[in-house]
Amino acid sequence: MTATVGRQAQAAARASDVWKVYGSGEAQVIALRGVSCEFERGRFTAIMGPSGSGKSTLMHCLAGLDSVTRGTVSIGDTTVTGLGDAGLTRLRRDKVGFIFQQFNLLPTLTAKENILLPLSIAGRKPDPAWYDTVIDTVGLRDRLGHRPAQLSGGQQQRVACARALVARPEVIFADEPTGNLDSRAGAEVLGFLRRSVREYGQTIVMVTHDPTAAAYADRVVFLADGQIVSELVEPTAETVLDTMKKLDTPAEVVN
Amino acid sequence: MFRATLKSLLARKLRLILSGLAVVLGVMFVSGAFVLTDTLGRSFDAVFADAYEGVDVNVAAKPKVELSEFEGEQVAAPVPASAVERVRGVPGVDEATGIVASDGARLIGSNGKVVASFGPPQLGENWVGESDLVQLREGREPRADNEIVVNAALAKAARVSVGDRVGVLTLQPKQEFTLVGIFGYSGGRDSIGGVNEVMFTTPVSQQLMLGAPDVFTNITITAADGVSAEKLRDDVAAALGTGYEVKTGEQLSADASAGLKEGLSFFNRILLGFAAVALLVGTFLILNTFSIIVAQRTRELALMRAIGAGRRQIIGSVVLEAVAVGLIASVLGLAAGIGVGALLAYLFGNLAGGLTLAGIGVPAAAVIGAFGVGLVITVVAALLPALRASRIPPIAAMQDVATPDRPLTKVTVAGSAVTAIGAALLFLGLGGHAGDNTLATILGGVLFAFIGVTLLTPLISRPVVSLLGALFSWSVPGKLGRLNSGRNPRRTAITAAALMVGIALVTGVTVILDSAKGSIGKLAQDTINAELVIAGAQSGPRPPSFDPSVLEKIKAIPGVTLVDGTYGDMAQVGSERTWVGASSDVAALGPIFEAKATAGDISRLGPDQMLVSSDVAKSRNLTVGSTVPVQLARGEPKTYTVSGIYESAEFLDPVTLPVEATREFTVPQPIMGFIQLSPGTASTDVLPQVEALLADSPEVSVADRDAFIEQQTGQLDGLLTMIQILLALAIVIAVLGIVNTLALSVLERTRELGLLRAIGLRRAQTMRMITVEAVVISVFGALLGIAVGIGLGAAVVEALRDEGITDLVLPWADMGVMLALGAVVGVVAAVLPAIRAARIDVLGAIAHD
Repeated sequence: MTATVGRQAQAAARASDVWKVYGSGEAQVIALRGVSCEFERGRFTAIMGPSGSGKSTLMHCLAGLDSVTRGTVSIGDTTVTGLGDAGLTRLRRDKVGFIFQQFNLLPTLTAKENILLPLSIAGRKPDPAWYDTVIDTVGLRDRLGHRPAQLSGGQQQRVACARALVARPEVIFADEPTGNLDSRAGAEVLGFLRRSVREYGQTIVMVTHDPTAAAYADRVVFLADGQIVSELVEPTAETVLDTMKKLDTPAEVVN
Repeated sequence: MFRATLKSLLARKLRLILSGLAVVLGVMFVSGAFVLTDTLGRSFDAVFADAYEGVDVNVAAKPKVELSEFEGEQVAAPVPASAVERVRGVPGVDEATGIVASDGARLIGSNGKVVASFGPPQLGENWVGESDLVQLREGREPRADNEIVVNAALAKAARVSVGDRVGVLTLQPKQEFTLVGIFGYSGGRDSIGGVNEVMFTTPVSQQLMLGAPDVFTNITITAADGVSAEKLRDDVAAALGTGYEVKTGEQLSADASAGLKEGLSFFNRILLGFAAVALLVGTFLILNTFSIIVAQRTRELALMRAIGAGRRQIIGSVVLEAVAVGLIASVLGLAAGIGVGALLAYLFGNLAGGLTLAGIGVPAAAVIGAFGVGLVITVVAALLPALRASRIPPIAAMQDVATPDRPLTKVTVAGSAVTAIGAALLFLGLGGHAGDNTLATILGGVLFAFIGVTLLTPLISRPVVSLLGALFSWSVPGKLGRLNSGRNPRRTAITAAALMVGIALVTGVTVILDSAKGSIGKLAQDTINAELVIAGAQSGPRPPSFDPSVLEKIKAIPGVTLVDGTYGDMAQVGSERTWVGASSDVAALGPIFEAKATAGDISRLGPDQMLVSSDVAKSRNLTVGSTVPVQLARGEPKTYTVSGIYESAEFLDPVTLPVEATREFTVPQPIMGFIQLSPGTASTDVLPQVEALLADSPEVSVADRDAFIEQQTGQLDGLLTMIQILLALAIVIAVLGIVNTLALSVLERTRELGLLRAIGLRRAQTMRMITVEAVVISVFGALLGIAVGIGLGAAVVEALRDEGITDLVLPWADMGVMLALGAVVGVVAAVLPAIRAARIDVLGAIAHD
């Protein structure tokens, strides 16, 4: 069964009939079974699913971090599938931003230097107005000179968000961004992500297993056993939780 | 990106300094070598410029036998007194002075021993009056034939003063003179360049130093006012005709200085050789450090990749770190090198007997060499880790990707190939198939062999390390330590390989020298049938010698059956330069040296006859009756007829001339004496009598054969000790490498160590665990080094079989010491990391991310 979701032409990222198979023979694991899916520009999409459903794999494939076994992936007007290392590097540099569960800041650099790192790698100057906007949005102005070790978890994740935003990528992929945060800090980060979508038109794709986090998104896509099995638009924590419960009992997989 | 690299560098400064230390030491040797040779070179320039200051033009005759720096001292051909007269007649000559100046005037000090020289000549000269340079300090000039003056340095060294009766050895055996004066040089110097000078009256100096009346070594000329040295040189050359070397004072000082500098460049090469060893070991160390840093930073580098850094940028960032480390290490190494160079120059200057040092200079070569070597080595060593870093997938930023233990196949294949290349090069070089490039080929072979074995090490390390570790497995910490050392075979291997290089070189050199010692000793034992031997230790370029008249007197001692005094020199024999020998008693060659005739009669030798060895006869196509022209160091060429051919043997000279010919040798006195006693005569009875006869020949002493062999091969011991001390440095660097590896292992395993401590591992046990890991690595390195060293040593010994090194002697005691040293090195290297591991805060470690 192939579920096709999202019919807008303005897709920031698109997967069509993506298969991902690890290993071979007896040890073969099929992580994705023909997933087709579009992520609209200027929307906040959450990918949900139980452990092992393939949600992280889907995100890695979309972001060009992992290769697909079959099918194609594109970001904006770039076809990711088949790009070489140089192409992928350019893609990551110009079109994709990441937010990780582990924050992944460089411990030796200050908050400001961490935020500007993608631009300095690409050899670009930040747009000062946009930089100020981002800093004010994440509320880090008085923390810019601090190193990651001197920041709380929530602050570190906000630095990571600012780092992803400041380069204005086509799409930001967030991998369980609140997984390592307490609920208050998590809410701050999620609120900030939603604002960046609503106010600045940023596209965000977020993988999560937390229904509360998914409720911040405009739309939730549900994966199970490597396939898209359901989706919700304008979700609330309750509707997400309900859908998840249904997914947990495979017999009741319906849409 | 640049800033991120620098910051990451600063965060790891201690680690990088540790690995940079190896580069610092290597660079220190390189720049030290250049500073030393530059400083000494300029000092020599100054010395000679001074010595020839008052000379506008100098005339000398072409030497009869031209020798290279390493073949021995060249004896200048004499300039006849008539030439001085002819020069005086040349227009433009203000003054022309005949000078006698020849090496070999050995003063006997107040302690009865000859004043030794470690390089500078001991000139015997004629007194030609005071000058701007030479000034009498005490007493007066020599007027009578039994009067001499000496320079102040020699007077001090010999502890003699004006009025003393002193003995001097020259071409003649010891003669006594009255010291009537002591002279010094302008500027209050006691000596110029450490040269000892004894000045006689002109006729005496001619007789004693040149062996003929009315001849000089050279003529110094001062030009009349308004005549240029160059013009005068050409005029004098024209007046004298061929056979003379006419040079301006400037040319002469430049040439003289150049000759000495050639000797210095040899010294330079030795230092550079040690620099190469230090740098080779340093390369391993840096390679390892950077690999570990890259492994530690996997997540960070993956993040860089995820947010858009290209592969080249990653390589660039690692290489940039290497450049920074290389630069800092080069600066420190250069500074240390200047210090070491200055110190060595100072020591050298003092050893040479008061060489006035020109200021310490830092030649461009030192700076370029320091930075070139330091930077290149560091960057090359970091290249492999940099490449590895660039291959980290960006996805590693999101997952805990355990880097899979890559199979060792590739490395093993590469290692085998490189080892094979090394072996092939060694075979070519040692087998003498490489022609002029022999040395380069052998060194290349050794280098390739080291790298190849290093590549093979991971494969070897598994079984060997687990076997070694089994020794420690009786306790839990021991077992954990063993498992840890087997955890990363590559890292273990390269750490051990750094130690291997030093130990392999020490073992190899020891094998070679011990084999040489053993073989020569055995050969001497087997083929020299003399109970007593007269010989001396050589300190300068001249071999020690003794009065030949002693030989007859020894023969008269009851119980002595045969006495042979042997002479030797380099001579032009036909078209080639060859070592020629002579025996005071040719008939003794058979009984004492077991010479076997293959043709003709070798038991006697007429004044126009010569004996040759079978090798020479074969290579030169000589048979009994062949005639060969021979030019000795002095005198005219003379043709000898081959009267006998003996089988080539280690202690027989290629060519033996009649004893009459030795008058024209550089050293016309016997160098060694061999005494055969009748059966039943105790050598202890004869020895004191010979000793008494040698009282006037203080350069030599008499010993029984075993003591003689010991004394001769003992010189190799000194060489061995020196090499071992210098190579010990390579081992010290390797220790740093082990410390480094362990420190990083501890850091990497903070969480694990915390866990072990949390479940009850005591501090002492933690330390023991780390120590076992270190000892396993270092003993493994020592074993590898010993194995490779034996291999290299055996290969060289095999190649030298024809040179008389017939027995392979394995230095078991030394190898045992090396192995023990390996274990000690491990324990020492483990101290700091173990303390650090034991101090890990349990709670903090478990929470450590």
